[in-house]
Amino acid sequence: MNASRAWLEAFLRQPLDAEDVAQRLAMLGAPVDAIEPVGADLSAFVVATVTKVRAHPDADKLRVTTVDDGSGSTWSVVCGAPNVVAGGRYPFARIGTTMPGGMVIERRKLRGEVSEGMLCSARELGLGEEHDGLLTLETDAPDGTPVVTLLGAGDQRLVVDVTPNRPDLFGHKGIARELAASLNIPFRLPEIPGLAATDVPPPERAGDSGSTGGITVTIADRQGCPRFLAGVVRNVKIGPTPDWLRNRLAAVGVRSINNVVDVTNYVMFELNQPMHAYDADALRGAAVGVRAAGSGEVLVTLDGSSRTIPEGALVIVDGAGVIGVAGVMGGRDSEVTGATTNVLLECAAFDPSRVRAARRALGMSTDASQRFERGTDRWGAVDAFRRAMQLLASVTAGTIDLPTVDCFPAPSHPPRIFLRPSRVRQVLGLDLDWREIERCLVAIGATVVSKPDDARIAVDVPGWRPDLVAEIDLIEEVARIHGYEAIPATVGAVRPVFRPDDTGWAAARAARRLLVAAGLSEVLTLPMVAAGDPAAPVLLNPLSNDHRCLRAALVPALLTEVERNWAVHTGDVRLFEVGTVFSVSDQPGAAPRETQHAAFTITGRRQPAHWNDDKPRAWDRWDAKELVRQLVDLAHPGAELQVEGESWAVHAPDGRRIGHAGPVTADSPPWADPVFAGEVELGPMTTAHAQFAPLTMFPAVTRDLTLRVPAGRPVADISTLLVQRGTRHDLRAVHVVDEYRDPAVGADARSVTVRLVFRNDQRTLTDTEVDQATGRLRTSLERELDVSLRSS
Amino acid sequence: MSAPIEDPPLTNLRDRLAAIATLDAAALEAEDIAILGRKQGELTGRLKSLAALSIEEKRAQGAELNALKVQFEAAIGVRRVELADAARQREGAGVDLTMPGREAWRGTMHPVTVVIDEIVEIFGALGFSVALGPEVESEENNFGALNFAPDHPAMDMHDTLYLDPQGAVPAEGQRLLLRTHTSPVQVRVMREGPPPYRVVIPGTVYRNDAFDPSHAPAFAQIEGLAVDEGITFVDLKATLAHFAERFFGRGTTVRFRPSFFPFTEPSAEMDVACQLCAGQGCAACKGTGWMEILGCGMVHENVLRNCAVDPERWTGFAFGMGPQRIAMLRHGVPDIRHLYAGDMRFLQQFPSVGS
Repeated sequence: MNASRAWLEAFLRQPLDAEDVAQRLAMLGAPVDAIEPVGADLSAFVVATVTKVRAHPDADKLRVTTVDDGSGSTWSVVCGAPNVVAGGRYPFARIGTTMPGGMVIERRKLRGEVSEGMLCSARELGLGEEHDGLLTLETDAPDGTPVVTLLGAGDQRLVVDVTPNRPDLFGHKGIARELAASLNIPFRLPEIPGLAATDVPPPERAGDSGSTGGITVTIADRQGCPRFLAGVVRNVKIGPTPDWLRNRLAAVGVRSINNVVDVTNYVMFELNQPMHAYDADALRGAAVGVRAAGSGEVLVTLDGSSRTIPEGALVIVDGAGVIGVAGVMGGRDSEVTGATTNVLLECAAFDPSRVRAARRALGMSTDASQRFERGTDRWGAVDAFRRAMQLLASVTAGTIDLPTVDCFPAPSHPPRIFLRPSRVRQVLGLDLDWREIERCLVAIGATVVSKPDDARIAVDVPGWRPDLVAEIDLIEEVARIHGYEAIPATVGAVRPVFRPDDTGWAAARAARRLLVAAGLSEVLTLPMVAAGDPAAPVLLNPLSNDHRCLRAALVPALLTEVERNWAVHTGDVRLFEVGTVFSVSDQPGAAPRETQHAAFTITGRRQPAHWNDDKPRAWDRWDAKELVRQLVDLAHPGAELQVEGESWAVHAPDGRRIGHAGPVTADSPPWADPVFAGEVELGPMTTAHAQFAPLTMFPAVTRDLTLRVPAGRPVADISTLLVQRGTRHDLRAVHVVDEYRDPAVGADARSVTVRLVFRNDQRTLTDTEVDQATGRLRTSLERELDVSLRSS
Repeated sequence: MSAPIEDPPLTNLRDRLAAIATLDAAALEAEDIAILGRKQGELTGRLKSLAALSIEEKRAQGAELNALKVQFEAAIGVRRVELADAARQREGAGVDLTMPGREAWRGTMHPVTVVIDEIVEIFGALGFSVALGPEVESEENNFGALNFAPDHPAMDMHDTLYLDPQGAVPAEGQRLLLRTHTSPVQVRVMREGPPPYRVVIPGTVYRNDAFDPSHAPAFAQIEGLAVDEGITFVDLKATLAHFAERFFGRGTTVRFRPSFFPFTEPSAEMDVACQLCAGQGCAACKGTGWMEILGCGMVHENVLRNCAVDPERWTGFAFGMGPQRIAMLRHGVPDIRHLYAGDMRFLQQFPSVGS
């Protein structure tokens, strides 16, 4: 909502400082996003007097004028406006001025006559639609005065950020009410120059149907339109808008259209009541009404486009068809034009959700729809209507065709709510005096109808606050007006609640720590990815094709990030991510399965180079295998990595694949090292604590065996057999310490050195015992696996 | 007491003790054996021979000899360290110690994770535990239970991404969506069992917003919920002001402004005095001197009722904030998109401290 400082000053009858207003509004819940000077782009235009006017020797419609701009020089200016007269005062753009449209004024010749500047119309200044002649300035200000100081006199525009619950702040009156509460001063409607002192008589009450000025008014959808006021102003003169009104609208960023439309906009910005003016003679069948749209009804709206109205939307109709989408936009065929002589003014209340649905379906949002969908004050509509009628009659020199009509088929009152001071204490922690509670409620326009000793306070809430429907809403108002800053912040006693952290939290943290300790960097990629993985759930309304699905794995996005690094010539990339992945459910319509994964990609050097060392090695598959091993141990102790092609896979006891590691293919530049990746599903963390194993005094004895391993025999078989057979001989560990492939012997021939570690916790093993045990194990290897010692 | 008997061999030993500090390495080891050696050591021998003496003689000489033994051991130890230091210095001579040390890759936590961890830790100390929930939610949990009126302008703040039902026709309120805030986890926690509750809820949330310097279609949120008997707006202010001081530093000033969220009432925004200009007003805080940090409020009665919690007995507060925004403020990151990229040059700028 754009608010004018000057307009607020007119409500409060005192000068305001925009910064102070912004501060006060922020502390009342309506922060000001920006304070902008009004008409800043007009600062170059000055007031100038035309001292002489003569005919252009070579063009009928042009005149050559002499302009005094107060600079001490006079200028010859060629002007085509019919209304230019000697002695007239107009906005003047000097040579070098940039016009609102971007054009720069230059010295030039027009049909042989020199023109040194430009006299301007309202439209040329961006102030309105009028382009029939120059904007005449009725001012005593000396020549050379910036025009901007006359138009709105240095007003400021406050861009107020209004929360969805506060429709009242879409009018200056609502904002003024808040400021009045904050400043503790009264406020009332601004006086309008030239307005007759006598009020417009109240409209005549009617039910579903009534009439005014010979036009029938019918509400055919009470739910959608609880109230509809209408009145006719006759013999209007459509024309330019008075300066004060034009300035008000300019200050809130609304262009002047004509005096009738400007009045409706003015009242909307003042009282938050959108209205619509029709050319009364364009209404077919001398009727106007509200009903739900049928299917396929079409309207050409004010903006000139033809729109099919969604079925069921509220529409305004005349005797022949749709003339407007209620609360959103009027139709072109019934709009007020320069030829209009009789105006019908509509001032109605519409169901907010119907207006919202219609404007969403039509894909358009207007000043009116923005207000209606938040809720207007159906009870305050009468005052707004009477003010608008009076203004209309005044600025168009028309006469009101009395009586006007007020169709209000189910009259009601704003709700009454009961407030318990004890509940105020329970929620706010504050013992507020009854009088303070009353002050706060009166400040927002509520009526307190109880006595101080009542246990509950009866409060009649104002019609402009549809958000106030329950006691808690009033408590918020009391807190707001009393001031959040006035509520203490004292730490009270806390009773401990036993609830353990979610198990997934600890698992994620442990995985992150593990990977950070390994020298990797965490990245958070977007969980939305392009389609490709059949397990990935699909979005109904994705941002783009690149974000069509939810990720079913983390590694693909990490690989994209590796490529991003390559693109900037970073070859050492160590990335990991811990996050949620999704897979479609087997049951149609059920929520996807969500699991937490940890994943990494590594490429480049394992360690930074050092001047004292050999060239560092690159990451390889064995690094990936170990990282996945460690991640699996966190989440699934006991689960084993199995060889799967060129990679490893991990399966849960139920057979689900819960992890993998190995080389991956990426779009690599020729200089890049190979990339390895791994990904593991993190289950809940194991809560079992590791148990102490005694630290023995007795030394371990080792024996190295270099074994000839036949082709196709995995070393895992050898280790497994050794552990199985060796346990009873005090064999405690088997380490693979070397592998040697001798191409001279054959491509598949290899020898592997294993280190056997023997230890007894009760005594020192003798060499003889260990040699005997080693011998037995060699025999087992030979017999069971056909693995023998490599002959040297 | 008789004067100590002047024993010439002892005088000799005292001289040798004094000379220890001048011996070279070989002489030092020889002297160690000559004096303290287990078999031939002179002092060892004299201490052994004490056994043959009378009690008085033992008393007279024993103390003296033991003191000497301790002094020799100390002197030899000191000299040994001196000699070793000197030897190392000789070896190290000519080494350029300004040559670089051996670097190792340093792993890094994401700056957003660090912010989340710190927030969790601070609230953990206040008795809040971590609750998590699914990122795909029902409309009911994300909106309905949280007091969003259908077709209310408040929905405009939550531009929502929906899952394709793939032909299934969901029941009313059961359309699946990507949660727009972590608040549905509040609902889950409350529906699990009766109050009291004290939880913090970190997690990813989604909006149908295209990337720009300050918006992303998915981002982290961390939310808190405290429900108990006797919790008031005073507790809300006290808890969150304490949090701000713990997180941003002692003396950090905060202010609470009224605001609107469908699921809290009264609702508030908490601002923290701008960290960059100390409240003076700068470009980062748009001249206000304040940074919007979190939204909060007393849990709306309707939300409690929707979760079968009696609002007349239980009251509570909730709050939520955006770790990305906080990380951007903290590190001066100008564009949120950096926080979604794996550029090592970016990630390596934020070495992990602690955690």
